[in-house]
Amino acid sequence: MPVPAAKHKTSVVAIVGNPNAGKTTLFNSLTGSHQKVGNYPGVTVERIVGQLRLEGEQVEVIDIPGLYSLNPQSEDERVAAATIAGTLDGHKPDLVVCVVDAGNLERNLFLFTQVAEFGIPTLVALTMVDRVQAEGRNLDLSRLSNLLDVEVVPVVGHKSKGTEELKAAIARNLESPHVPALDLGLPVALETKVASLRERMARLGADFNSAEIRRALLRSPDDTEDFLVTYPEVREAFDEARAQLESEGLAKPTLDVSSRYAWASMVQRASLSEPKGPRKRTLTDKIDTFLTNRIGGLLIFGAIMYLVFQSIYTFSQPLMNWIQAGFDWLAGLVSPLLAGVPILQSAVVKGLIAGVGGVMVFLPQIMILFFFIAVLEGTGYLSRAAFLMDKLLGWCGLNGRAFIPLLSSFACAIPGIMAARVMPDQKSRLATILVAPLMSCSARLPVYLLLISAFIEPRFGPFWAAFTLFAMHFLGLLVAIPVVWFLNKKMLKGRRLPFLLELPPYQMPRLRDVWLAMYFRSRVFVKTAGTVIVFMSLVIWVLSYFPRLSEAQKTRIQQTAVSQNAAAKKEDIDKKIDEAQLEHSILGSFGHAIEPAFVPAGFDWRITTSILAAFPAREMVVPSMGIIFSLGDVDADHPGNLRGALKDARWPTGKPLFNAWTSVGLMVFFALCCQCMSTLATIKRETNSWKWPWFVFTYMTVLAYVFAVAIYQFGRWVGGV
Amino acid sequence: MVSQDRQTIQFSALKKGMRARIVRILKCPCELERLQEMGLTEGTEFRVVKVAPFGDPFEIDVRGYRLCLRKKETSCFEVERID
Repeated sequence: MPVPAAKHKTSVVAIVGNPNAGKTTLFNSLTGSHQKVGNYPGVTVERIVGQLRLEGEQVEVIDIPGLYSLNPQSEDERVAAATIAGTLDGHKPDLVVCVVDAGNLERNLFLFTQVAEFGIPTLVALTMVDRVQAEGRNLDLSRLSNLLDVEVVPVVGHKSKGTEELKAAIARNLESPHVPALDLGLPVALETKVASLRERMARLGADFNSAEIRRALLRSPDDTEDFLVTYPEVREAFDEARAQLESEGLAKPTLDVSSRYAWASMVQRASLSEPKGPRKRTLTDKIDTFLTNRIGGLLIFGAIMYLVFQSIYTFSQPLMNWIQAGFDWLAGLVSPLLAGVPILQSAVVKGLIAGVGGVMVFLPQIMILFFFIAVLEGTGYLSRAAFLMDKLLGWCGLNGRAFIPLLSSFACAIPGIMAARVMPDQKSRLATILVAPLMSCSARLPVYLLLISAFIEPRFGPFWAAFTLFAMHFLGLLVAIPVVWFLNKKMLKGRRLPFLLELPPYQMPRLRDVWLAMYFRSRVFVKTAGTVIVFMSLVIWVLSYFPRLSEAQKTRIQQTAVSQNAAAKKEDIDKKIDEAQLEHSILGSFGHAIEPAFVPAGFDWRITTSILAAFPAREMVVPSMGIIFSLGDVDADHPGNLRGALKDARWPTGKPLFNAWTSVGLMVFFALCCQCMSTLATIKRETNSWKWPWFVFTYMTVLAYVFAVAIYQFGRWVGGV
Repeated sequence: MVSQDRQTIQFSALKKGMRARIVRILKCPCELERLQEMGLTEGTEFRVVKVAPFGDPFEIDVRGYRLCLRKKETSCFEVERID
């Protein structure tokens, strides 16, 4: 009888390591562009899986986010621990590659001691070997390997040197796995208790590793409540063991950590010699004399941030124009082909092409921003920027790193939200994402310029015009402060972690890592644009297209126009029909329906409808105002006669629709609301949940409404309206 | 020579360039366990490298690497100067 062939199973290798240990470079060297960026189900943590080809075998490599400890306190760490423990995928990885920075051995080995306790075959990739050797320190690899009880493969930081050896070592360790056994020198009395409790819990079906039991035992009873509540049977045994440890003076919560560090320190002394001679100032020290200096450091920081912002805001323009021109060309090409079927023509040109095009123009900004982030992060400057800025952002619950995402959001919230991944923990990342859309992005600018040039500048002069423009940009930042404070206090759960920031030695980023960062972020964005955003564009198109005016209705509009002005041109009549069509559509009806709610803010249905119609892309608000104020398609950059049309617009009572207060109210509404489906789709993508986009949309709309009403009512009260 | 009554001070009282040792970690809230996991265990020596321009955080050299901490998050450490 033939034995059925063993079911072929792809081996899974997990890569784990400290932040800044060179993990990303290593992962990129192993897998190249064969990476898939996804999400762990139900959490915001990203899951990056790559494919590695070994001789004859395809191996799946999971890149676990960089972390300092597997004692899980944040969402990332919970995911990391669960991936290694196998509770997330249903099976443990076949091999863990622990990335250890030779230049920072003690702290990196602390994480290694935790990894070793999962009982999984492990292998150490030792990075930055070149750096310690350059310092004249002697590294004894075989001794290190003996002490760690695993194979140690040195890889040279930047060049791919060592990658082939690492691949061979991975293949070897998959072939003949070896689980390290470490003696961390923990007191025997403690270890026997841990072992017996672990066994008891295993019999109850709870698979905890020794580290978890030990931690529960050493911590104060209050901290282990949730741990024991699920297993009341062991509570007594726990209390008994704890009492006994207390009598022996071993019940110290710090014991576990300090034993590991004592061990790590011993390993370092045994395998790596200290640098000879007195401590020398390193290159990093010298660079930092300038870059984190009290005055010069802030100036350089300002200059770098200015460059980043200018690049996203200004230098991206030609590229964005090309993309826009490309889509316009496509629309011009497709439009006549579909002229026979007006509904299809409109759906494709105004729904699909305009929708996707309106989003794809952001691609250059995203690529440029991620270029800078990859360079700033790769060199180590990002940490310095956070160091400089922490005091300014820290008091309201953000931290120094939030600077980049918030600054980027002034160009566009989409790259800004994506940039929030520089935040080290999920809680501060989420807080940053949720306030990023409050920053006044460049798509709001045309609206400000239109309204300021129509209602502020002619009456109050250029100084107040400039002041209004500045105030609109400042407003979002100001409002963000209490919002973050509130979010941190009331909404975002999870333990607050202390602010910990490592300043790694400076290094040259590897070009390939920079490119891959840009490539993967762009791919994620294009995928979002291609799915969620296309769908939403089509929905908005349907809402603004249907129901159609009947021929009779069109004729009536035509007749009215001619009776009012016998010389009316055909195109003017067509504009009237377009306006009537939009008013007649579902969107227009909805705009009418919500008009009563917006009357306190001084908005009529035309304003509400143009805001609704601009949902696919914020910069659409000027063109849609053009349609609704009967001007046909208006170029956002040259609103010319739209200004006049707005000045002439009146309520049915004959009162002018706009005045200074209404225009300020409308600008503030626009500054604070989240009328941008691409932003919402990006939040959905980044948080892996529809809950947060809904939340952002709601809170921003409420804020915008309250501010707009308050301004208009204040205007009425002081008699300005 | 170890004096019987060691002079412990607050972490935040340290100035740029000072060297110090962690004498004791007061009963700390759970989240501060992370500071120990970063290597700030009892007996660890470190050096204050720099204080950020706005007065916080400060950068220390500990276990061969550079770490930045906020003042208020170091209140559970009792340290002594070593010179």
